[in-house]
Amino acid sequence: MADDRLIIAGREFKSRLWVGTGKYKDFVETQKAIEASGADVVTVAVRRVNITDRSKENLLDYIDPKKYTILPNTAGCYTVDDAVRYSRLARAAGVSDLVKLEVLGDERTLFPDTAGLIEAAKILIKEGFIVLPYTNDDPIVAKKLVDIGCPAVMPLAAPIGSGLGIRNPYNLKIIMETVKVPIIVDAGVGTASDAALAMEYGADAVLMNTAIAGSRDPISMAEAMKYAVYAGRLAYKAGRIPRKLYATASSPIEGML
Amino acid sequence: MQDTIQIQVNGEPKAWRSGATVADLLQDLEITSERVAVELNLEILDRAAFVQRPLMDGDRVEILSFIGGGAEEFRH
Repeated sequence: MADDRLIIAGREFKSRLWVGTGKYKDFVETQKAIEASGADVVTVAVRRVNITDRSKENLLDYIDPKKYTILPNTAGCYTVDDAVRYSRLARAAGVSDLVKLEVLGDERTLFPDTAGLIEAAKILIKEGFIVLPYTNDDPIVAKKLVDIGCPAVMPLAAPIGSGLGIRNPYNLKIIMETVKVPIIVDAGVGTASDAALAMEYGADAVLMNTAIAGSRDPISMAEAMKYAVYAGRLAYKAGRIPRKLYATASSPIEGML
Repeated sequence: MQDTIQIQVNGEPKAWRSGATVADLLQDLEITSERVAVELNLEILDRAAFVQRPLMDGDRVEILSFIGGGAEEFRH
């Protein structure tokens, strides 16, 4: 596709598939899957360094920060204070000002606490962070996030790790009409067709982790997702035919016996 | 004889030699200071201060870095 780069906050990305790094068997598998996915952006969590086991390898030994855009997230944060604290720590670790902001509201669904999300986003934006918020499919919340300065929004398709695919395509479409910033569908993708669908609806990118890492063959699934996102995007740009109740024949009647 | 101080590192109590800096601590723990964030008594420590800041009795140090992951699935 000629010049179909994804542009967020002045940063250009070739791939519209973003991937997480959790739930893999080991770092080697993580690296292979990410490579197979063709992703440019890779999310990571911020946690205590293991100080007792000194042989423990570092994720970034396998994922080169010069080759990939490392996007730290605030996974596991249920309060504004925690999300802000982890964001600041992520930035202090010296990678960039980017943060995928998660303020979780509930352990079972891992749905975002949107009130907390907006509050945390306000604080972080004021401190110069580039906040990419993990949000729900509410267009009102999406608009608020954009109005306070988020350069993109990341609405969930379904609960994290649920594999349910796009649960609410109608809200997603309304979000696309409501905000003018890139929309990255995040969470809930199960298989390749889900990712293709998200792109066909008009999403600018898709972020997934479990769909790849939790599949039987993550390297193959990563490759499938690469094609799915590409195909969905191309189909979206190509302009699909309308849905009709009745047939329209493809061949002329003229010339028949 | 060197003075010993009591500090906390990543939630674990540790005895350390007084006068050691944060940079010394990282070196002793074999942690490269690249892509690591240090929080000292709930305040994020600037990387430049790693060599300057001497550890003191009662200090709580948190050393964090990036790991693979996003939100954990709820385990029923």
